[in-house]
Amino acid sequence: MSAYARVPLIGLWFAFLALPLAGWRNSLWIGLGCALVVLIVSVARASVQSGYLAWPAGRVKAGFTTAWSFIEEKSYDKRYWSLFLLLVIALPWTLDRYSTDVLVITGIYIMLALGLNVVVGFAGLLDLGYVAFYAVGAYSYALLNSWYGLSFWPALGVGVACSALFGVILGIPVLRLRGDYLAIVTLGFGEIIRLVLNNWDNVTQGPNGILGIGRPYLGDMRLYKPMHFYYLVLALCVITIFIVNRLDKSRLGRAWAAMREDETVAECVGVNIVYTKLSAFAFGAAWAGFGGVVFSAKQTFISPESFTFFESVIILCMVVLGGMASIPGVMLGAFILTVLPEALRELTLFRPMLLGGAMVLMMVLRPQGLLQAKGGRHHLERDEPQGEAGAGR
Amino acid sequence: MLELRDIHFYYGHIHALQGVSMEVRPGQVVCLIGSNGAGKSSTLMAICGVNAVARGEILLEGEAIHAREPDEIVKRGICQVPEGRRIFPHLTVLENLEMGAFLRNDASGVKEDLDYVCSLFPVLHERRAQRGGTLSGGEQQMLAIARALMSRPRLLLLDEPSLGLAPRIIETIFEVLARIRDEGTGIFLVEQNAHLALNFSDWAYVMETGRIIMGDEPGVLRDSPAVREAYLGE
Repeated sequence: MSAYARVPLIGLWFAFLALPLAGWRNSLWIGLGCALVVLIVSVARASVQSGYLAWPAGRVKAGFTTAWSFIEEKSYDKRYWSLFLLLVIALPWTLDRYSTDVLVITGIYIMLALGLNVVVGFAGLLDLGYVAFYAVGAYSYALLNSWYGLSFWPALGVGVACSALFGVILGIPVLRLRGDYLAIVTLGFGEIIRLVLNNWDNVTQGPNGILGIGRPYLGDMRLYKPMHFYYLVLALCVITIFIVNRLDKSRLGRAWAAMREDETVAECVGVNIVYTKLSAFAFGAAWAGFGGVVFSAKQTFISPESFTFFESVIILCMVVLGGMASIPGVMLGAFILTVLPEALRELTLFRPMLLGGAMVLMMVLRPQGLLQAKGGRHHLERDEPQGEAGAGR
Repeated sequence: MLELRDIHFYYGHIHALQGVSMEVRPGQVVCLIGSNGAGKSSTLMAICGVNAVARGEILLEGEAIHAREPDEIVKRGICQVPEGRRIFPHLTVLENLEMGAFLRNDASGVKEDLDYVCSLFPVLHERRAQRGGTLSGGEQQMLAIARALMSRPRLLLLDEPSLGLAPRIIETIFEVLARIRDEGTGIFLVEQNAHLALNFSDWAYVMETGRIIMGDEPGVLRDSPAVREAYLGE
């Protein structure tokens, strides 16, 4: 079918899609709009192909590629990291309370996304119930604080331990599961935790949630301003990044990579799958617990509503969008997916649609994520010379 | 060296191995031939602990290993090269090789062995920075063998090393296997290509529907009418 014959068809299709949502009059406009966009793209494409505009188009593309690979290169450079850290430390002094608060949330999501990245990116285990561990961390602080008056710092340790324990509890029944089956079980696990929190009224106060969770103290200073939490979260993020980075390069990290690539072969070279898989779940969950405790302390109120399946999906999107197994990538993903929705507050209704659209575009145009993990694991060379295809077959 | 005594293994309800007994003597190359689905790969997976056997014993120099985890079996000196050139596609060649030495702690020994396998397969040295998945089929098979050697095995289990490779590449691979054998590593070879297997080994078993139906010297099997008809295509 010629490129132009498709235009009215695509318009009709979008009008049809929008019909149940927008009514026939709006659908007509949506259809027309889509057709127009497709027409413009088709014309542009045809003119590039036929030689018109090839030069500027090529320049734009080349410029873009160069700029991006420069950023990608630098995102792994230690010197730029310290520069970046200084910038981040200075940042809240230039921002209002609201923006600082958004950045605190971003920081919590960075911890969560880096934790999920251990499970999904490093170890290759698709986990759709990750938010459950976040909930475990958050509730362990909320409950221990409101029942026994446990303060923040010890609760941080307890929350992490609880989440890691739940990671192992989830890990044991799924040891022999792979791919889709694993995803389904983790999804179920996430829902179970949420439903328990929602229905166990005596302990968790069900959907009403827990109010008045204690603020953390640093010495005598009570941490309650966004600015305080900003530095708290920043410190925890730095710890997270440091440890996750070390894990990636450790022996355990190599075992995870091997398991991700091919579980049977990993077993054949002597990787203990039971230990490796459970440790991936435990480490991943531990960061969620970390984030959960901080979240409780920051909000002073939590309810099961904060821990829905959609939350798991968003965290997974951060990992995939940013670039699986790439630490700077995952951080960028977490940043974009927290800050962008805030920037688009007026378009609240369209947010899930924009998110969906962005994910589809990403998967088509750049499936490896914004900042992809470097070739191999120890990053010897950036380019991959192709082996003579078919030689020796 | 290695002895299997009446091994039974099930895939769900399918009785895949129905009492397999065989032996690999020190310094010998032993091959196992048989058609598709006879249970050859299941036997290898049972030896290296990935398939948990239902009944029977596997002894490595008198020690029972059938109830051990795969990593403990690798530690005891048995390493498998699985069927179908299964390498780690996104790791570089060098990282693949390092993964082979995953259980070893002697850095200098690992370095030595790295040089050794690169001398066996010089092409791996040339391609050390490339991702495994970008290698050609023959190179991937070489990498899989080299990776197994990195664990410094006493017994190497090979599952169909010739599968889908050009004759010239097969020749190269078997030359290297002969060298490994001469240097004292035991080899247990599973092959569909019966000609190749019988020429290379000192002892051969024939497997059919989960049972060993013959075990003898390759010369004797080559003269047996049943083997000639079923496996040598004569």
